[in-house]
Amino acid sequence: MNIPSNLKYTKDHEWVKIEGDVATVGITDFAQSELGDIVYVEVETVDETLDADEIFGTVEAVKTVSDLFLPLSGEIIEFNEALEDEPEKVNSDPYGEGWMIKVKCSDLSQVDGLMSADAYKELIGA
Amino acid sequence: MKNTALTSTHEALGAKMVPFAGYNMPVQYEGVNIEHETVRKAVGVFDVSHMGEFLIEGPHALELIQKVSSNDASKLTIGKAQYAYLPNEDGGIVDDLIIYRIKEETYLLVVNASNIEKDWNWISSRNDVGATMRDLSEDYSLLAIQGPKAVEAMQSLTSHDLAAINFYNFIVGDFAGIEHVIISATGYTGSGGFEIYCKNSEVKQVWDKVLEAGAAYGIKPIGLAARDTLRLEMGYCLYGNDIDDTTSPFEAGLGWVTKFTKEFTNSKALEAEKARGVENKLIGFKLDERGIPRQGYDIVDGQGKTIGRVTSGTMSPSLGIGIGLGYVPKIFAEVDSKINIQIRKNAVPATVVKLPFYKG
Repeated sequence: MNIPSNLKYTKDHEWVKIEGDVATVGITDFAQSELGDIVYVEVETVDETLDADEIFGTVEAVKTVSDLFLPLSGEIIEFNEALEDEPEKVNSDPYGEGWMIKVKCSDLSQVDGLMSADAYKELIGA
Repeated sequence: MKNTALTSTHEALGAKMVPFAGYNMPVQYEGVNIEHETVRKAVGVFDVSHMGEFLIEGPHALELIQKVSSNDASKLTIGKAQYAYLPNEDGGIVDDLIIYRIKEETYLLVVNASNIEKDWNWISSRNDVGATMRDLSEDYSLLAIQGPKAVEAMQSLTSHDLAAINFYNFIVGDFAGIEHVIISATGYTGSGGFEIYCKNSEVKQVWDKVLEAGAAYGIKPIGLAARDTLRLEMGYCLYGNDIDDTTSPFEAGLGWVTKFTKEFTNSKALEAEKARGVENKLIGFKLDERGIPRQGYDIVDGQGKTIGRVTSGTMSPSLGIGIGLGYVPKIFAEVDSKINIQIRKNAVPATVVKLPFYKG
């Protein structure tokens, strides 16, 4: 299971990459493998400002629908529109081309509440 | 949780296992889309041993079947199978099933795994004619070998001419080195092929030889997730989703297996319902925009008023669009009617289409 050490993680199996005050968010390798073939990623919250843990979108596999929870409070400034035509990128490259959104964080102190790669590894028993 | 005789085989193949109808079943091996495509274009093998099998025997076997089945089993000759349902007393459906005539006075009923106990109790309680009933569900396995290359890929495993077995016909013969196997030209995928009934003690050998014989044809093991997308592309009903104890068989489009040539459970009321006409119809629809319909989503009209409910939905792997089945009032049931599917906060436009969704 691929769990890059330079990323932060949530208990909802999302990863977060912080660059300045912008966080890039996607789902983990573990999450994509549990979901199976991903066929749709819906994010209709671009330009909205949401609190941490609010739902920012939905990821659909063939058999399941899962909500996506915002890891950090802020404004959603970008959705990875490449996923509209190729949602399978979430399966093939969850930490790269399969990224989902960018968030302009309103409270960077929340980053301290995210999990390290080691803590996430423990959570999923990898 | 029950296992099939092949559970450890599936685990060794790396299948993702899930509980389904009380059985530990493979939901996927490699991935649902590739498995789906394998069945549409080549050949795949499914372990569907969770399905239930009842043997009804004796001089009164037909009499019992005619009492409980919607279809006319007197039309069955030896070597033929028939799709039917068991009506309940309240206008609904106990289960849908396939009835095989094995011998002069021996019939095999194949029922849904989730309904084995319910069906057994239902049929037993109506057996006042003295038919002999045996539940073989725990002793028999079922493999579905499905796809356009199934006949060619499996021919080396039997001395019988597989191409000569017509749809909904079967033979009892040798297969994969085992005698007295039922080779039935039936299935739940719309891509052709066979279903193989054998004893649990024999199924490992059959499974191994099927994979071996199919290797040159690209055979893969296929999980329940692809079984569902395959059946849904054909518009086949799934008990528990599209039909249940409360569903009218006429609304569900099962009039073609409802034969009033004889009396059966609730037949008088069903005949009256047929004459009266139904209010709703089970329809197939495709989404006109992005999105995936799911069981339980509301179907709404142009004003946002709820007019029905989705009973099955998925992203069609063959078509690449959202497809589904659901019940709507008859005025919305015509082909090309415009409806909307309420997906979270959006009413996504959809069009009623003729089934099947996929034409091979």
